[in-house]
Amino acid sequence: MSVNLSKGQAISLEKKDGASLTAVRMGLGWQAAKRRGLFGSRTREIDLDASAVLFAGGKPEDVVFFRHLVSDDGSVRHTGDNLVGGVGQGGDDEAILVDLQRVPVHIDQIVFTVNSFTGQTFQEVQNAFCRLVDETTGQELARYTLAGGGEYTAQIMAKVHRAGSGWTMTAIGAPANGRTFQDLMPTILPHL
Amino acid sequence: MTAELVRGQNHPLPRVRLEIRISAGVPVLAGAALGDEHGTVHGREWVAHPGTPAQPGVEVPRHAAAELGLSVDLGVLPEAVHRVGVFLALPTGTAGPLRFGAVPAPHTTVNSVDGTELVCFTLTGLDAEAAVIALELYRRQGAWKVRGMGQGYAGGLPALLADQGLRDAGDLATTIQEAAARGLPRPIPAPSAEPASRTASTAPPQTPPTPLTSATPLASPAPHGASASAPAAEPSPAYARQNPDDGRGPAPQPPGSQVDYTHPRRTRDAPFPPPAPSPADGQPARPVAGDAVGWSMEERLYNQVWGMFEDLARTTAAYRRAVEFADSRLEQELDHALADPRRRLGTAGDAAREAAHARRTELADQARAALDRDLGQLTAEAEVVEPALPPAYARWDNPVWHAYRVPADPPMALRLGDLHLPESVPLRIPLLVRLPLERGLWIDSGPAAADDDQVPDSAELRHLALEAAVALAARLLAVHPAGAFAVRVIDPAGAGARALLPLTQAGALAAPPATGAAGVAQLLEGLTRRVDLVQMAVRGGAAESLPADVDTAQQLLIVNDFPHGFDERSVTRLRYLADEGPAVGVHLLLVADREDAAAYGPLLDPLWRSLLRLTPLPDDHLADPWVGHAWTYEPSLAPVGGRILREVLAEVVRARTKQQ
Repeated sequence: MSVNLSKGQAISLEKKDGASLTAVRMGLGWQAAKRRGLFGSRTREIDLDASAVLFAGGKPEDVVFFRHLVSDDGSVRHTGDNLVGGVGQGGDDEAILVDLQRVPVHIDQIVFTVNSFTGQTFQEVQNAFCRLVDETTGQELARYTLAGGGEYTAQIMAKVHRAGSGWTMTAIGAPANGRTFQDLMPTILPHL
Repeated sequence: MTAELVRGQNHPLPRVRLEIRISAGVPVLAGAALGDEHGTVHGREWVAHPGTPAQPGVEVPRHAAAELGLSVDLGVLPEAVHRVGVFLALPTGTAGPLRFGAVPAPHTTVNSVDGTELVCFTLTGLDAEAAVIALELYRRQGAWKVRGMGQGYAGGLPALLADQGLRDAGDLATTIQEAAARGLPRPIPAPSAEPASRTASTAPPQTPPTPLTSATPLASPAPHGASASAPAAEPSPAYARQNPDDGRGPAPQPPGSQVDYTHPRRTRDAPFPPPAPSPADGQPARPVAGDAVGWSMEERLYNQVWGMFEDLARTTAAYRRAVEFADSRLEQELDHALADPRRRLGTAGDAAREAAHARRTELADQARAALDRDLGQLTAEAEVVEPALPPAYARWDNPVWHAYRVPADPPMALRLGDLHLPESVPLRIPLLVRLPLERGLWIDSGPAAADDDQVPDSAELRHLALEAAVALAARLLAVHPAGAFAVRVIDPAGAGARALLPLTQAGALAAPPATGAAGVAQLLEGLTRRVDLVQMAVRGGAAESLPADVDTAQQLLIVNDFPHGFDERSVTRLRYLADEGPAVGVHLLLVADREDAAAYGPLLDPLWRSLLRLTPLPDDHLADPWVGHAWTYEPSLAPVGGRILREVLAEVVRARTKQQ
């Protein structure tokens, strides 16, 4: 019974019994769009990359992406680069694990982004989604579908940010262009 | 959080790919019987055992061992399989005991493939039984569960298999026992039968040492250990809802055996203590020594120590960054308050400044609290890990050295000393490096970096550096099997005689320290010849054809006061040994002040860079591989005035003499 988020919608990451979440996983999954034409069976590889940028007071402090798989403080971990996607239909192709209890006290927002390293736009990607899973139980908390990808090569997916003593997730879904997270910084900043 | 089962208790399995580990203290064989929804095993092809170790979804070890691992993929099991009975039996083909009552209670754990322990179960209360069903995995309404069984059979494997519904149980039991006996390790491995990678003469070529600068990054451990900061484990099981029936009764008990409902924790006869009990909500789990992945306790402890090292590096990084951020924010806010002319004077400005300071203090306090929480946990872990360390990893004041015996196998790693960070001074992390050493060591006898007044003079520093080298050499000698490791010393001017006393008095050196230019040249020539011959033998695949006078033991060459007594030719030979030696079991331990070799200019830079620099006094020059903090290194020295070094070396020499 996960929530399907629409753009800008926020959900609080508190459990029903009032206890706050301890570990969440941001999963990213996609499949390459089917190609029509003579060699339709030939699949074209699409390399989407998930990244997480840790912000403190509006300034990027650390980033977790395929070249830096663990944040220096150890609270955010990337499970590794997937170059083709779509292996498990509906499963996560890349995942970023966040241990919310271990996030350093000065980090107030974590922004999740996805970008196309190979340069294809989201029109060529099918069934792309990002979802938030309670890592302790495996229960899906929220799912955000990258519907209507359009002529973009990147997307600011969602952010989790401190709210009171707990954390809240907000879906952003803002399109952008860029090969890696560095190119996305100007697009991320307005959403902080 | 591991659920510890009592007999008959069941627990849901959230993962489909599982690893079941069994530690029994004595060699046992393991298998898995696959049953249908009625529990019937339809034939011998439904049994995975040492003779046919792999069945769809199940793989069991080929031979009996004290530590076993089975892998199960519930998703791959045939649809018809509703039940997997994991059984253990004592091998009949050996002189070992034939009843479980005579051996330590087998301890089983069910882990997910990432190493998270899901369930554990200790098989207590066994007596005359020679075979036992340890665990049962079963399908219930589409979901898999595990149940702790401990169902023993005094009739051994034939009785166990017959009870599963197998008609030719006796035959199959014989097949299984024969297959397991073939793979049984011989009781005392002969030194010549050592795995090739461990003996010096046939060691495979190592990767060349990476060039390094002043802050030397430490290599990350090869298989990275699970670290305590990994995402929290499975949620605590619903212990109270223990339901041994779960819709169907436990398998019939053989006459005479009684269901044992005592909690395994209260009978501490497991080979090593079972994991900590499920902690109360919100409380961190009580740390346990060996709480990491690995094939052996030694490897688990190694991975655990590196996991603690990483955790301390990361939690300190979080703390430092948070405080830096708090400071820079304070500065900005003060600037901001000053920039506003209306607030520059008067109470509004004061209030803004006060508020900024309060915000800084609050954040810094929060960061400190988070650091203290982690330090508390790591300190508690260190308190259980340190006493559990084997000699190769242990400090010299560890009681394990009092019970020292010459080992039969070389260790996988060695403690070079201790590391700490200024934020967490009392907490020391052992600096463990893999053996055989991939690069030489250099103990810097140059002027200490410390700026307090108590810096010893140059002569004293040289003495301390050689003392640290002697402690390392003694440790290397002690943790290798008798005769497998030899220490040679170059002490050109005889200046190190006092520090070398523990080695020379015990007679632990392969030959008296070489002195004078001629002695230096002769020893280096001998070692160079050994490196060349072993290299040739390894390349030609003819390790057996080495001349009889070549010492195949690993060699450690201690060079004191380098480059005194070295001519150009000797320096070249030493550089050659530093480059080529580690791959064929010749290791360098230089005690030197780099300034003394300044005359050689940049010629020796590659040599210095190839060595791991250590210091006789605490010095912060080592960088961790994750964040790059500067860690303070301290050598591990025997307690002053203690007898432990002498006693250990005497034992080493005694074992070596007996062997010859």
